[in-house]
Amino acid sequence: MPIISNRLPKEKYEENFSDIHPPFETKDAALVEANRCLFCYDAPCMKSCPTSIDVPKFIKQITTGNIKGSAHTIFTSNIMGAGCSKVCPVEKLCEGACVYNLMDEEAIPIAKLQRYSTEMAMENNWQLFDRKKSIGKKVAIVGAGPAGLSCAHTLSREGVDVTIYEKEKKGGGLMTYGIAAYKVSPEFCKDEVDYILSIGGIDIKYEQELGKNIQLDDLQKSFDAVYLAIGVGLARQLAIPGENLSGVVDAISFIYDIRNNGFHKVQVGDKVAVIGMGMTAIDAATQAKRLGASEVTMLYRRTQEEMPCTEVELNIAKLDGCKIVWLAAPKEVLGSDGKVTALVSENMKLGEPDAGGRRSPIPTGETFTIEIDMLIKAAGQTPFMELIEKNKLKNSQGKIEINNGFTSINGVFAGGDCVNGGKEVVDAVQAGKDGAKAILNYFKL
Amino acid sequence: MADISSNFLGIKSPNPFWLASAPPTDKKINVLRAFEAGWGGVVWKTLGSQVKNVSSRYSAVNYGGHKVMGFNNIELISDRPLDINLKEIVECIKLFPDRAMVVSLMADNNKESWHELIKKVEDTGAHGFELNFGCPHGMTERGMGAAVGQDPEIAKMVVEWVMEKATIPVITKLTPNVHSVVPTGKAVVEAGTHGLSLINTIQSVTGVDLDTLVPNPYVGGKSVFGGYCGPAVKPIALKMLTTIAQNEVTNKVPISGIGGVSTWKDAVEFMLLGASNVQVCTAAMKHGFRIVEDMCEGLNNWMDEKGFNTLNDFIGKSVNNIIHWEELDINYHHVANINQDKCIHCGLCYIACEDTSHQSINLEFGKPYNTYTIKEEECVGCNLCQLVCPVADCITMEEHRVSPEYVNWIEYQKRGLPLNDH
Repeated sequence: MPIISNRLPKEKYEENFSDIHPPFETKDAALVEANRCLFCYDAPCMKSCPTSIDVPKFIKQITTGNIKGSAHTIFTSNIMGAGCSKVCPVEKLCEGACVYNLMDEEAIPIAKLQRYSTEMAMENNWQLFDRKKSIGKKVAIVGAGPAGLSCAHTLSREGVDVTIYEKEKKGGGLMTYGIAAYKVSPEFCKDEVDYILSIGGIDIKYEQELGKNIQLDDLQKSFDAVYLAIGVGLARQLAIPGENLSGVVDAISFIYDIRNNGFHKVQVGDKVAVIGMGMTAIDAATQAKRLGASEVTMLYRRTQEEMPCTEVELNIAKLDGCKIVWLAAPKEVLGSDGKVTALVSENMKLGEPDAGGRRSPIPTGETFTIEIDMLIKAAGQTPFMELIEKNKLKNSQGKIEINNGFTSINGVFAGGDCVNGGKEVVDAVQAGKDGAKAILNYFKL
Repeated sequence: MADISSNFLGIKSPNPFWLASAPPTDKKINVLRAFEAGWGGVVWKTLGSQVKNVSSRYSAVNYGGHKVMGFNNIELISDRPLDINLKEIVECIKLFPDRAMVVSLMADNNKESWHELIKKVEDTGAHGFELNFGCPHGMTERGMGAAVGQDPEIAKMVVEWVMEKATIPVITKLTPNVHSVVPTGKAVVEAGTHGLSLINTIQSVTGVDLDTLVPNPYVGGKSVFGGYCGPAVKPIALKMLTTIAQNEVTNKVPISGIGGVSTWKDAVEFMLLGASNVQVCTAAMKHGFRIVEDMCEGLNNWMDEKGFNTLNDFIGKSVNNIIHWEELDINYHHVANINQDKCIHCGLCYIACEDTSHQSINLEFGKPYNTYTIKEEECVGCNLCQLVCPVADCITMEEHRVSPEYVNWIEYQKRGLPLNDH
């Protein structure tokens, strides 16, 4: 079977890509859960949120009917609080730390409650923040992803005039282009970006890519400071024979296609293999299945113990019918007529823990072959090394090095995935806040 | 199986649970449903000169997601014709002869009206009367209800009129809208009432609508003070009940306990503090008559566990456990202990103690879970941490007596023992 698009009828796509975590149907439903919250002091949920959202406070505000206040509490810490409520792996963050877990009770559905307040704010276009009068400082931000938008919003509130340069046609970064469609819809991503920008003072220029249409030197000349939030984006290569055959794609571009084109236009194989077990691998595998692939096999060279995705995510893949093969590393892609026909993998075993405490996989020499017509590579992403080197930014294997937000170049700041190598959206939002703080300090504000 | 049958002034019922005089007892259809559900008796909604009610009539206080923690009504006495009420009372007694049928009365404020009403109701075969000296709204403006109960002299006079005529047991229901229920209680006992019941509802405003700015319940853009009842008033009722149970005049007559009784546990508490039976309204209005099933079963199981065979075995057993503050043992001391295995690290004990009490809990920072321990030397044993802790038996109060000897405040002063130095 070839790789084709249009595998399913329209209704089936809608069903397969409908909201995986639906919102509360009614106010009362939200209240039942909000009232369960114990209102912990120095709350574990808050401490487990990279942006430190005051979770007990925003939930308490739902119970008092102060939804505007609740949304303000969330957005004060995390301007992408609406999106994060849909995409955060809360099972390892706030909800994972909820004290109810220690009572063997269901955790408070923090994300769902956060969605309740933030969506109401967005739907009603509540303007919860005032922008201070312009202070005459201009900042260029490269990248309109979570880090860039968060930095821009924080700066704009303080009266800084911000210009964002974004290489894509839409803002939101990986939120818009890199996350499973059953978590956030393109419409939502657009609304969220618009809501963030509605504070004013942020000019956003699309289809402007650093190193192509714009240069760091020029930005430095035209602005008082530059914030780089360019993310990561290059898919890590497997470096195995047959990797260039037709039908081998990287997960980032596969997901990008899903997010950018209609579901029916995305090409997907009949028998798909996905390499990796991170969040992106899960998003790729589940969506391949939901686009109509009859068999999806996920291969990971270690075990469930070491997998980067959460168990909740793994379960989505399992429920979608994806096959999971642990301790298997891709060795060679076979093809005919230039097209993928099979994947040869090698069985692995776990060796001694490495410096990071993770046990490394060791080849066993045994191999096995599965028939496939599409291979999706989700073995991680690498930074834009060349671009960073070219701009003479001090870096560690392509990850920009920062010191309190400052890069090695005076007046140039950086944060988010391009610094940390790729973490959650919520980490990027915090990085944006930190970057803005560093810039404001730089301005001596 | 314990015997939960009740005998209140000779009025027998299969259990001590009566429905209080209120909307659930205002007509045959409700009362028959109540008896079918298993209620031991009813106090028929107050009869008197026919009145007219308004719409709306009720409002409530909700708390923490729980509805109707407190309930408020502005209904008057029965708004149905007296002769229909009387006819239905006869029918109910006939269909359920083993249940208590007490009729609440509130005649116009003269002897003749009372005598006439008593005669008519006695003719129904009812087992007793309850005099409504407590209704806090509507009737008071007409010199009835709480207007009678708030003035011991008037209450005494009315009871005297009643006692001249009545040949069946008379229970006088007391209003809580006084600084103490004892003066009126004493006055009506001296006037000859056979029993007392308390409390009636407490005057209240349950809230204000923040859009219309009109308090509730809403009646054509305005509201009135209502009568408050339900779980929220139970502690007040228990206190008032205890004062009646401890007074040597009023404790000579049996007491029917009323005020927020919702479960068998509530009922047992009322009975331990001196009530011979209890009356229920709000809980039934919230859940329907079926709640009586668990009230009977729970009471029975508790009595079995405690070895009580009849209600009289435990009625009043806690009355003497409430004493004057000056008699409390100052050498009694307990301190909190947090069971670290049960602690869920919510920090509620810490912040309550730190912000509002005695800074007696130590916080050891952790991510994400802090560790909380008691500073025993600082703890005054106030119970606050235990009260706010969401985990059962996580915080316990452990006895650390100052010394073995009982010393009360009077003795403490006499001996010139030291006061706190900080």
